[in-house]
Amino acid sequence: MAHYDFTMPVSEARTRALRVEDTVTLNGTLYGIRDATQIHMFDRGRKTRFDLSGHAVIHTAPNVRKVEKSAQHPAGYAPLCIGTTTSDRMERFSRPLMQQYGVRMIIGKGGLRENSLATFGELGGVYVAIIGGAAALETTWVEAIEDVDLDDLYPESLWKFRVRGFGPLLVAMDSFGGSLYSRVRNAAEAKRAEALRRLGVG
Amino acid sequence: MRVDLKSVEETAKELYIRALKRLPPDIKQGFDALAKRESNAGAKRVLGTMIANIKVAEDTDNLLCQDTGIPVYNVWIGRGVEVDGVALKEAIRAGCARSTRENCFRSSIVHPTTRVNEQTSCGRGIPVINLDFTAAPGTLVIEMVPKGSGSENNSWLKMAIPADGIDAIKVFVVDCVLQAGGMTCPPTIVGVGVGGTADLCMHLAKIAATRPLGSNCEDAEGAKLERALSEAVNVLGVGPQGLGGDSTAFAVHVETAATHITMNPVAVNMQCHSARRARATIRATGVEYGH
Repeated sequence: MAHYDFTMPVSEARTRALRVEDTVTLNGTLYGIRDATQIHMFDRGRKTRFDLSGHAVIHTAPNVRKVEKSAQHPAGYAPLCIGTTTSDRMERFSRPLMQQYGVRMIIGKGGLRENSLATFGELGGVYVAIIGGAAALETTWVEAIEDVDLDDLYPESLWKFRVRGFGPLLVAMDSFGGSLYSRVRNAAEAKRAEALRRLGVG
Repeated sequence: MRVDLKSVEETAKELYIRALKRLPPDIKQGFDALAKRESNAGAKRVLGTMIANIKVAEDTDNLLCQDTGIPVYNVWIGRGVEVDGVALKEAIRAGCARSTRENCFRSSIVHPTTRVNEQTSCGRGIPVINLDFTAAPGTLVIEMVPKGSGSENNSWLKMAIPADGIDAIKVFVVDCVLQAGGMTCPPTIVGVGVGGTADLCMHLAKIAATRPLGSNCEDAEGAKLERALSEAVNVLGVGPQGLGGDSTAFAVHVETAATHITMNPVAVNMQCHSARRARATIRATGVEYGH
């Protein structure tokens, strides 16, 4: 278990070095992405003007306030509450995110599945767990909303955040085929019989 | 008491804000109890972060979770209360929309097929408004639950048959908790509906999931079942956020209703660790807020 401080973007070698149960704290740019964003990018042929190569994306759709553009709020949005949504719904977008856009890290909650894990192995990516529902805390790690694209999908726009000390977050799926979720799920399946026994179910 | 609809609108607005920013005391106590008995070091850290978040939300006057949820308003009309029911629902809806616009809450509500977001947290049939009655004289009680989607997406109904017996209910609940894994933002309150019709069964599960921690099913059989299930699901080791640990559920809550001789329905609806709800009691003398 090691801790890493990343200033984004990062090289493939750096994400390939990460292993399950390592922790990582991000600085610099972080992109926010969600269901509708990816449905439009990968099912409806839309493109983003952002260069996501080597970057991390987080599964989110934030609460924001529309404000006059300024140095503090260059995109005309002030962040109010930024949290994380369940990743599982976006499982099938992990591969195109990495293949077409060069994304290296996916941050979310609840984990992803086997296809994403295989993609991380092939393309050198990781899934990093953040604590879902801890958005008030997460918001304190976000300095500004620097830019926004595909904003007709608001609040499921593609958000460009500037973050500082974003973490520590837990590496939960790595490029070596390690997945904390599979490990926990397999252990839980093994305890199913014990749970049923306690309930008097034969 | 004749209900002042302006006051209802203000209350509906205020309840959404309060629910999103402050966790009820029973949930905070639930966290403390879990943290105390958690044996997994990683899970202890996760619980610590969740507890820290509650404090940060209070200190910064921010929302606990980004998910503003599907707004649900449960209303209980007391004896001797005079109110135009249609106007009451309109006032609640107006308060919900105003709360969203005036506080820049993320409207999480879209049309189910066009996916168009009206940016008001309202839409066709939403907010959910459940009207019921209470024996308490001269009171109108409104409870607001912003139901998060991570937990709501993990909802299941099984129309088991009488020959499957109570074991079918037990196995179903355990398997739902396994299937949900970390997707529901555990530790959760696992709401279980037993009996009724298909729709009543699921509604009971929602009532169970949003009931205060420490409360018991009024049906002694339901209470017995919820105690046994609470112990059993916490054997699984899913843990906070599905990352492993003892704290899979704060509790399993059961609500029951009589059912048909041919039926044995069971439903599961979960509430995430951000188990938000707020309550107001409107009387002739004014509005009192709580949980």
